[in-house]
Amino acid sequence: MTSREIRTLVIAVILFGLAALLPFSGNGYFISIGVTIAMYVVLSTSWALFSGPTHYISLATAAFYGLGTMIVATGIETVPYVVLLLISAVAGALMAALVGLATLRLSGVYFVIFTLGLAEMIRQLVSWLQNNLGGSRGLYVLTDLTEDHIYWELLALAAFVFLIGWWIGRSRLGFAMRIIGNDETVAAHCGINTARSKIMLFMVSGMVAALVGALLAPRWTYIEPNIAFSPLLSFEVVIMALLGGTKRLWGPLVGVVPFTILLEVIEANYPSQTILVLGIAFLLIVYLVPHGVVGRLEQSFAKFRRGGN
Amino acid sequence: MASGKTVLSVRGVTKQFGGLTAVDHVDFDVHEHEVVGIIGPNGSGKTTMMNLISGALKLTAGQITLQGSRISGLSAQDINRRGVSRTFQLVKMLPTLTVIENVMAGAVFGHKRRWGYEAEEFAHQMLNKVGIDSLANAPVSSLTYIDQKRLELARCLASEPEILLLDEWLAGLNPTELTTGIELIKTLRSEGRTVILVEHVMDAIRSLCDNCVVMNTGQKIAQGSPAKVLSDPEVIRAYLGDDDA
Repeated sequence: MTSREIRTLVIAVILFGLAALLPFSGNGYFISIGVTIAMYVVLSTSWALFSGPTHYISLATAAFYGLGTMIVATGIETVPYVVLLLISAVAGALMAALVGLATLRLSGVYFVIFTLGLAEMIRQLVSWLQNNLGGSRGLYVLTDLTEDHIYWELLALAAFVFLIGWWIGRSRLGFAMRIIGNDETVAAHCGINTARSKIMLFMVSGMVAALVGALLAPRWTYIEPNIAFSPLLSFEVVIMALLGGTKRLWGPLVGVVPFTILLEVIEANYPSQTILVLGIAFLLIVYLVPHGVVGRLEQSFAKFRRGGN
Repeated sequence: MASGKTVLSVRGVTKQFGGLTAVDHVDFDVHEHEVVGIIGPNGSGKTTMMNLISGALKLTAGQITLQGSRISGLSAQDINRRGVSRTFQLVKMLPTLTVIENVMAGAVFGHKRRWGYEAEEFAHQMLNKVGIDSLANAPVSSLTYIDQKRLELARCLASEPEILLLDEWLAGLNPTELTTGIELIKTLRSEGRTVILVEHVMDAIRSLCDNCVVMNTGQKIAQGSPAKVLSDPEVIRAYLGDDDA
């Protein structure tokens, strides 16, 4: 490791350590926002792992998230929670592999539409199964887990996502993804198995999103497909990641924190205008910060340095 | 130099786009250390032939073998790993990567694979070979056209291909650059590399090629040394029409 990497690692560990202290504040409101922020950090960072380099905009977050939530909700009475988490992770990765095999040969808008439809399809499928087999739509997830626990679990998952993202960035896979993002034809003619690289990264992203869904299931207590597979979630994750910037691993984090707090304020004050604000935010991001806040800052920094010389 | 063993063998290769036959039952061999030129008028199927060899397009019929094993039908990435590396008619860069990273793309994933420091070292050697190592850390957008072409060539060389495909690599260069470009390919030739080049620049064909395949409307109409094929009446007719033959 270079000295710069060690410095980054030390800073990251300190920041994670500080973040882990939040539940000791005893302030339920802060902890609740903390859980929401941690959730979006994990989701948007793992989203950006795949969509950042490939520029494939995936709206499937809700599909994976909902899958994890529904697995926990279905099995919580009979199967240990830890096993359910494992099942969710594996199921998320498997579904990502299947979706990848079916769609990653598609490009651009076809991929976007397919992923959007996927969440909806699974929601309908789960509802249908529950209507025809289970009887009731809603499921209860009753555990001893408090918001504090969920927060720490999500924080641990966030650390895992950052570590895996850092590792991918240094690996051949990460380099392959950067080449694919530039020009897929060149990538193939350089000997890169483009489909396999994309599917592997999509699996990481899907696995993490399913795990987040599974970890958050105990928070909602009462779960039905309409909550688990909310398409709004997919859009929020995309907007936050783009707001922060997808070129750096920590880019989405920069978008998530202010956006979550903004959403929280808006939901508290104007509960019925949330989607309107989300739409406006999306427009502003696309027009004003196409490369995200981090990209903007780096541009200004580069300009400042050039000016200084 | 046709005495070397056969590296690439093209047999009965045909490509149809709907009703149009772009390449029609073409046969030829490329031997080790040989520079083969594919020439012919516009629309004669030269670039399609290159695309068929590199796997960018799938054959309709026929077979292409590399060192005895069949490569036709494989994907572009597999063909590249077996040792076929190409440049593109319209130069293709990786714009968000630096110059050295562009070359490393070839070194890391190609025929002979390297990683880390070794890949970077080798990429520098390739940049040195094409004469632009001083630009290693520059953004690709700052390169001139010929430097972009050199970079693309370095990327191909970095995978140590068994056979190099140059698709109109000299096209679009000004006269000074053209001299530099021809000299560069001559160096590759003297290193004993096996090369197929599609080219319109006749000076380059005369001075570089051991053997030429002449195509017209998808068919091979002549084959042999540049001097021989360029004086062939059928070749002249294909280029200039009946009156001049």
